[in-house]
Amino acid sequence: MTGAENRPEKPAAVVTSPAAGSVVKRAWQFFLPLVIFFTLVWFLYQGLFLNPREVPSALINKPAPQFKLPVLHTPQIQFSPGELKGQVWLLNVWGSWCVSCRYEHPFLNELAKQKLLPIVGLNWKDDPTAAKNWLTKFGDPYQLSVSDLDGRVAIDWGVYGAPETFVIDKLGNIRFKHTGPIDAKVMNEKLLPMIFELQKAL
Amino acid sequence: MNTDNTNNTKRDLSQQGEDNCIKNMQTHRLESTFSHLFLKARVFIDVSRFYRRVSASVGGKKLLLKHLCLSVFIYGFVTAEAQIQMAEPDLPPPELAQRLKKLESELRCLVCQNQTLAESPAGLAGDLRREVRLLIDHGKTDDEIKAYLKARYGDFVLYRPPVDGKTYLLWFAPFFLLGGGGILMWWMARRRALVVSPPLPPSDAAGGDDATRRARKLLNNDPDPK
Repeated sequence: MTGAENRPEKPAAVVTSPAAGSVVKRAWQFFLPLVIFFTLVWFLYQGLFLNPREVPSALINKPAPQFKLPVLHTPQIQFSPGELKGQVWLLNVWGSWCVSCRYEHPFLNELAKQKLLPIVGLNWKDDPTAAKNWLTKFGDPYQLSVSDLDGRVAIDWGVYGAPETFVIDKLGNIRFKHTGPIDAKVMNEKLLPMIFELQKAL
Repeated sequence: MNTDNTNNTKRDLSQQGEDNCIKNMQTHRLESTFSHLFLKARVFIDVSRFYRRVSASVGGKKLLLKHLCLSVFIYGFVTAEAQIQMAEPDLPPPELAQRLKKLESELRCLVCQNQTLAESPAGLAGDLRREVRLLIDHGKTDDEIKAYLKARYGDFVLYRPPVDGKTYLLWFAPFFLLGGGGILMWWMARRRALVVSPPLPPSDAAGGDDATRRARKLLNNDPDPK
């Protein structure tokens, strides 16, 4: 409190109430930096758990981009997303060159076993033979996979890395996108609730 | 939450891992510079060797022949240079190249996220560059091409974020903070000026107390203030 006596800025206030004014002022000077500090800490703390690389999809709640691509195992047959209209389905972007696809693969296999919904694989910029071998080796959760050899369909879907997983509703709109490998947490907390909810809807 | 993060960094962002983003580009650049220099040096050595051999066989006296050799030497060097230029694959006409370059440097590579499409060596960036080129060939304008990519990848793909409701803070906060800081400084300086300069006692030597007189003497460099 001795410091306040050396500050002659407001002599009137000091004369009328020697203590009150300076106490309020000191409190303010003490708490304001503290408040600023903790706000900053809060923001930085939140930042620790954000993924700065994640790019929010521009296609959420938009119609799934159309394409016509050869099916991996039967290239003479072409598949287009319109064929699955009326059901909820997944599009999973994968490649045999993609290491994290291997990480998420068991989760997809498990999901396929439950026969909840069709899973379509978008085999992105891959060699079809390598892709087929990969599926033989690790299991094939896909109702079918399509080969996007030059990656142009992937661009239409806003894909910027593998794996990526899209949930498409009965009307053919993209409702959810997960970038990165699916794990138990993503499956149970995001994908499955989303799928159940969408399947209930008309 | 943490596992999410590690998983995401593990995922393959295109066929070249993201870690290679910068390394790749540097080695790529170095390689191309080195190979270019190497080629130039080789051509230079070859041609100069040829020149020396010819001029040695001819002898130093026949100036005309010497000059002929010199012109052959220069010609050889120039054509070699032209060949080096030709070796660059699939160069678009200069006007288009300039437009491509400009457009690509306004678009962000989604893999190496602090690089533009023009700079990035990532596989996806190559695909997107090809796509941009294709759209140009289809007669699309720059704005249409940007809109095309924005519809797929969102605002993020634009290297310069657009000015809209979501980005006001991003665009104007720095000016706001600077202005606010300036006002604060001005206000504090004014307040301090008011406080720090109390009126001086009367300036004649008779006026003021002992201390003032001593101070004035000190200020006037008086060796003996007392």
